[in-house]
Amino acid sequence: MAEVPIDIAYISRLARISLTDEESARFSAQFERLFDFIRELQQLDVGKVHPTAQVIPLSNVMRDDALKPCLTQDEALANAPDREGPYFKAPRILE
Amino acid sequence: MQTGHEIHDAVVRRERSAEEATKAALEAIGRVEPSLHAYITLLPERALAKARDVDARIGRGEQVGALAGVPTAVKDIFCLKGELTTCGSKILANFKPPFSSTVVERLDAADAIIVGKTNMDEFAMGSSCENSAFFPTHNPWDLEGVPGGSSGGSASTVGARSVPYGLGTDTGGSIREPASFCNIVGVKPTYGRVSRYGMIAFASSLDQAGPMTADVRDAADLLEAIAGFDPMDSTSVDVPVPHYASALRDDLKGVKVGIVGEFEESIAVDPKMAKLYKDAYADLGALGASFVDVSLPHAKYGLATYYLIAPAECSSNLARYDGTRYGARVDGAADVYAMFDKTRTAGFGAEVKRRIILGTYALCSGYYDAYYVRAQKVRTLMKQDFDAAFAACDVIACPAVSCAPFELGAKSQDPVAMYLMDYFTIPMSLAGIPALSVPAGYVDALPVGLQLCAPAFEEARMLSVAHAYEQSSRHAAKREPVVS
Repeated sequence: MAEVPIDIAYISRLARISLTDEESARFSAQFERLFDFIRELQQLDVGKVHPTAQVIPLSNVMRDDALKPCLTQDEALANAPDREGPYFKAPRILE
Repeated sequence: MQTGHEIHDAVVRRERSAEEATKAALEAIGRVEPSLHAYITLLPERALAKARDVDARIGRGEQVGALAGVPTAVKDIFCLKGELTTCGSKILANFKPPFSSTVVERLDAADAIIVGKTNMDEFAMGSSCENSAFFPTHNPWDLEGVPGGSSGGSASTVGARSVPYGLGTDTGGSIREPASFCNIVGVKPTYGRVSRYGMIAFASSLDQAGPMTADVRDAADLLEAIAGFDPMDSTSVDVPVPHYASALRDDLKGVKVGIVGEFEESIAVDPKMAKLYKDAYADLGALGASFVDVSLPHAKYGLATYYLIAPAECSSNLARYDGTRYGARVDGAADVYAMFDKTRTAGFGAEVKRRIILGTYALCSGYYDAYYVRAQKVRTLMKQDFDAAFAACDVIACPAVSCAPFELGAKSQDPVAMYLMDYFTIPMSLAGIPALSVPAGYVDALPVGLQLCAPAFEEARMLSVAHAYEQSSRHAAKREPVVS
C-alpha cells in the first residue's frame, strides 16, 4: 500500500472544506496514527478475494414505475436557503 | 419507572391512561434534563396530543397499536415531518423535514408516544456524544461520564429511566456502546432488517436503526414494530418479521455459545473487565448453555477496514450538504464554489471534517484500489469468519466494550483512542449481522454490557438468549442511576 502521506490541502479542496493551518497539522498527525492501523491491511493476501460492497444478497432491486403522491414544489423548496419562483437559487456558476 | 410492556398493558387495560404515562415521562425528563442534556428537541404538545388520541380510541373500544401509550425517545437522526431534525449538526440546525422516516411512521402507527428528539454525535460520528454541535450529554450513572455514542441521548434518557423506549442507529457500535455505558438493552438488527428511509445517512452499507430499551422484552416489541420490508428503501430485505416476544425464553438448554479467542485475549489486559465477562459466560452456562471456542482471525483488522469504508461512504453522502437545497448556507460568496466551501467549512464540526477528508482520500484516483477496494475485500474475509464461527455455534457472546463509561473530555482530543472504543462492535457491523448489548454488571460501580450476536436475520435467537440471561441476572435492577 502506498506510503504517500495525505496531501491535506489537495484533498480538502476536493472535499470543498477549508482547513486552517492548525487544523491541517492536527489532522495530518491524527491520520498518521490511524494509518498505523490501516497499513496492517497490507499484510493480507486478498488477491483472490471478492470485495463486499454490501452484505445482503440483493441485486438489481426494481420497483414499479408507478405514479405516487409526492412533495409539492413548495414543500420541496421549503428548506431552501434561497429560491426564485419554482427554483433553488444559488450564486453564479459561470463567469 | 415501568417497562414499556408494563405501561402498554396498563394503558390497554385502562388501569392508567396514555396521557398519565406521557405526563409522568415528561415530568421525569424535566427533572433530570438539567443534569443530562439528553434532548435536542422536546415535543410535549405532540406527545400529549398523541396520548389523548390513544386514550380516546381505547375509550371507544377501538383497537390500538402494539406500542400504544409507551413514551419513546427518538434519536435526532430520524426525519420527523415538520419538526426540527438536526442530526446533531449546525448545518441542519434549522432543518424541518417535509416527510417522516419510515421508522417514525411505524412508531406512530403502533401508537407509541414520541416525546422528543435526542442528542447525538454530529452525523452519528463519535462514541461519546461529545461531537454534538450543540452540547454534550451526560451519563445518568455518572454525571461526569459520557453516555457513549453516537446514540448517547437516547441511551441517557432510557438509562435514567425517564422513558422505556429509545431509538438509536448503529454504524460501528453507536447503539451497543451507549447501551453498555447507560445500563440498558441496545439492539443493532441485521443490515436490511429496518428501513433506512428518512434516516439521515452516514455510511449507507452499515447504518441500521434499532431499539434502546429498559429490558429485552421491550427491545423485542420495539424491534417488531419498526422492522420489515419497505419499498422506500431498496436495501431493506423482504424477510418475514417474527413475533420476537414469543421467542423469548428463560433457560439456555441446548444453546451453543461461541466464545471468541481473539476477543478474550484483548479483554484480558483489563482484569476487572475480563472477570466481569467470565462471570457473564458462567451465568450463561448455569442456564444450560454449552460453550465452543470460535475464532474471528480478521477481527483485528476491523478498525482499519471500518475507517476506510465508513469515511468513504460518509464523504459521498455528506456531499449533499452544499447550501443549495436545504440546510444552512453561508451567504456573501463570490460564486457557487466559494459558497459550497464556506458553507461546509462553517457547518461541519471537526470530526465530520476529519472523516470527509479521510474518505475523500480513500476514494481518490490512484488510492482507490489500495485503500477502499482492499478494505472491501477484508470485509469479505470478516464476513466469512462469522459464517465459519456460526457453523459451530448458535450465538456468540463477547465483550461489548473495552471499558466502563469514561469521563467527559478524556478522549475527545484523541480521535484514534475514541475510534478504538468500537473495537468489539465493528466486526459485526461490517458483517451485517445482528448484535446487542445487555446489562452484565458493574466495574467500579459503573455499568458494562455483554454483547451477543447471531447470524443474519436471527434476531429472535439472540434476543432469546439475552432474555434468559437478563431474567436470571437482573443486573440493571441492582443499582439506581445517580439521577432518575
